[in-house]
Amino acid sequence: MALLEIRNLHARIANKDILRGIDITVKAGEVHAIMGPNGSGKTTLAQVLAGRPGYEVLSGEVLFEGKNLLAMKPEDRAREGIFMAFQYPVEIPGVGNAYFLKAAVNAVRKHRGLPELDAMEFLSLIEDKMKLLGLDDSYMKRGLNEGFSGGEKKRNEIFQMAVLEPRLAVLDETDSGLDIDALRVVANGVNSMRNKERGMLVITHYARLLHYIVPDYVHVLAGGRIVKSGGKELAEELEKTGYAGLGIEESPHAPTPAAVGH
Amino acid sequence: MAVTVSLTDPYVAEFQSFAKASDATEPEWLRKLRSAAITSFEKTGFPTLKNEDWKHTNLAPVARTPFRFEPRAEPVRIPGDLIEAYTFGVLKCSQLVFVNGNFAPKLSYLRWLPEGVRVRSLQEILHFDPSALERELGKHAAFDKNPFTALNTAFLQDGAFVHVPRGRIVEEPIHLLYVSTSRDPAAVSYPRNLVVMEDESQATVIESYVGLDKGAYFTNAVTEIRLGNGALVDHYKIQRESEAAYHFSNTGVLQGRGSTMTSTSFNLGGGLVRNDTSALFSDQGGNLALNGLYLLHGAQHCDNHTFIDHATPNCTSLELFKGILDGRSRGIFYGKILVRKDAQKTNARQTDKNLLLSREAFADSTPGLEILADDVKCAHGSTVGQLDENAIFYLRSRGIDEEAARTLLTYAFAAEIINQVKVASMRIKLDQLVLSRLPGSDVIQEAL
Repeated sequence: MALLEIRNLHARIANKDILRGIDITVKAGEVHAIMGPNGSGKTTLAQVLAGRPGYEVLSGEVLFEGKNLLAMKPEDRAREGIFMAFQYPVEIPGVGNAYFLKAAVNAVRKHRGLPELDAMEFLSLIEDKMKLLGLDDSYMKRGLNEGFSGGEKKRNEIFQMAVLEPRLAVLDETDSGLDIDALRVVANGVNSMRNKERGMLVITHYARLLHYIVPDYVHVLAGGRIVKSGGKELAEELEKTGYAGLGIEESPHAPTPAAVGH
Repeated sequence: MAVTVSLTDPYVAEFQSFAKASDATEPEWLRKLRSAAITSFEKTGFPTLKNEDWKHTNLAPVARTPFRFEPRAEPVRIPGDLIEAYTFGVLKCSQLVFVNGNFAPKLSYLRWLPEGVRVRSLQEILHFDPSALERELGKHAAFDKNPFTALNTAFLQDGAFVHVPRGRIVEEPIHLLYVSTSRDPAAVSYPRNLVVMEDESQATVIESYVGLDKGAYFTNAVTEIRLGNGALVDHYKIQRESEAAYHFSNTGVLQGRGSTMTSTSFNLGGGLVRNDTSALFSDQGGNLALNGLYLLHGAQHCDNHTFIDHATPNCTSLELFKGILDGRSRGIFYGKILVRKDAQKTNARQTDKNLLLSREAFADSTPGLEILADDVKCAHGSTVGQLDENAIFYLRSRGIDEEAARTLLTYAFAAEIINQVKVASMRIKLDQLVLSRLPGSDVIQEAL
């Protein structure tokens, strides 16, 4: 059974049709990249998978390990093993990072019939993972993403993912706003989590991230549809020719891949 | 011809018999003070909604209830374990307990205090050493514009007197615990506290007002705090009255040169609550941090008025109030900062933020600045809003259920005020108190 099956998914937000028939199948152990220009529906796809209120699914279905994902509440999706790394993680002053993450870990463990972790067990669980993402102790005491730089927020997303150990990770433009050093740290964190059981959907505008997180499959999204699928060489091709090489018009406001540099 | 009975009459009549009984023993200055106060009350009466200062708080239920005042009643005996819930666990502190306004020596204890420091019941000082009060009592909480302060001043007879001489540092907090029981007919008490901090002295003073049952009564409290030059006070007020109770309070602060006052209040109880806080900088370099949390549900009504008088240069006042309003509750914040002409280099900030948890809850926030000096840094702001849906979704996307996410965010909103509390065991207690008031708190508490 596939880990994730998206079949003919149509979705809209604020009465605007965004996804117009998406089909993607992710098997355990696979990393799929979804590339596309601004406005192609990348973030909508991620939000629909995570269950954000306001996104309306018009037709199609999404099965997660054979279960109807779209019928689940966002928290149940997380407990079942879906993790979304947000493009713009929110800041929540007053909720400590450590407190928040422990609550999340225990919510997931409870759902899976595992005993909840106490403070000591939790600390030993996160210790190595903090090192992996280069987060020091002071970070745990701070408010959730409070005053974090863009890079710190993204590292925190991947750190949470490392601690929550999802079955499927959806990374929404995790590379946006990262300098090359931060990108390496984040990619390293993601790569350390690749294994035979886990699937990943890596959503990005630029091929740059895919130099560090090398996907098994690449899908190009445009106008709410997958217009081309292939192996990792598709990302390289896109890097050379740009979306225009595939006959896709870029939104005039979006920077071209070439302008970002490597 | 219609005959209307003035609502002030019963109080004035009561005062006459009260004064008669007190006259023999009381010094002239105190009799004059009382008499000036009752005259002021008689003149102003109970304000109506037309009065700008009282426009959100309908006083009719208070004014119409004939509250009984029994200053010399046999004290109600309360077993010690009953008040345990209102103390702060392992906190080492001196504690004065008052039951229905009267000092309860058996429930009170003093820890070791530095030489010359006095922590006493006001009644005792009034009886044995009233001259110790003459220069301070009634000087820092004006009664001419506040009829409740006038009543308190007219009828005051017990409370706490804290006097810290020059340079003395009281390390352990002083807890003034006012417990009330409901009586039939409903009764009023007039707690009166006077805290005098001489130059360079330091202390932590905690005022608690709690109801032991769910009945009705009226607490009309006044606290005066004077800080000498360089004095430092951490002040807390925790209001957990019965939800059928009326709680009116006035805290008047006078700050000397380079003094520092931090005051944090928590309003969790009470049915109809009005808190006035006023501070006057009488000399340069004073610092004031004034924080407050009002957490209301049901039909609770809590009206907070603050007035900060920057009369001298180089003083700083930072004010942060937060309201969490559920049910049909009403939370009011009315703040005023006056920066007088000579008060250059004033730094003043005033913020009030409200979180509405239900459609029927109501918040009214009126921050205000009146600036007469030209070289100052002043800002004010207020917000009334709901929980951030993006934040709720973020938490849910990590496996935290919606109710817990809402509770957690509400708690986080309150935590900014709770975290101002420097006394650890008190902070923990307040954490629990606030959490226990939020729906779905069991989930959150488990994780804490």
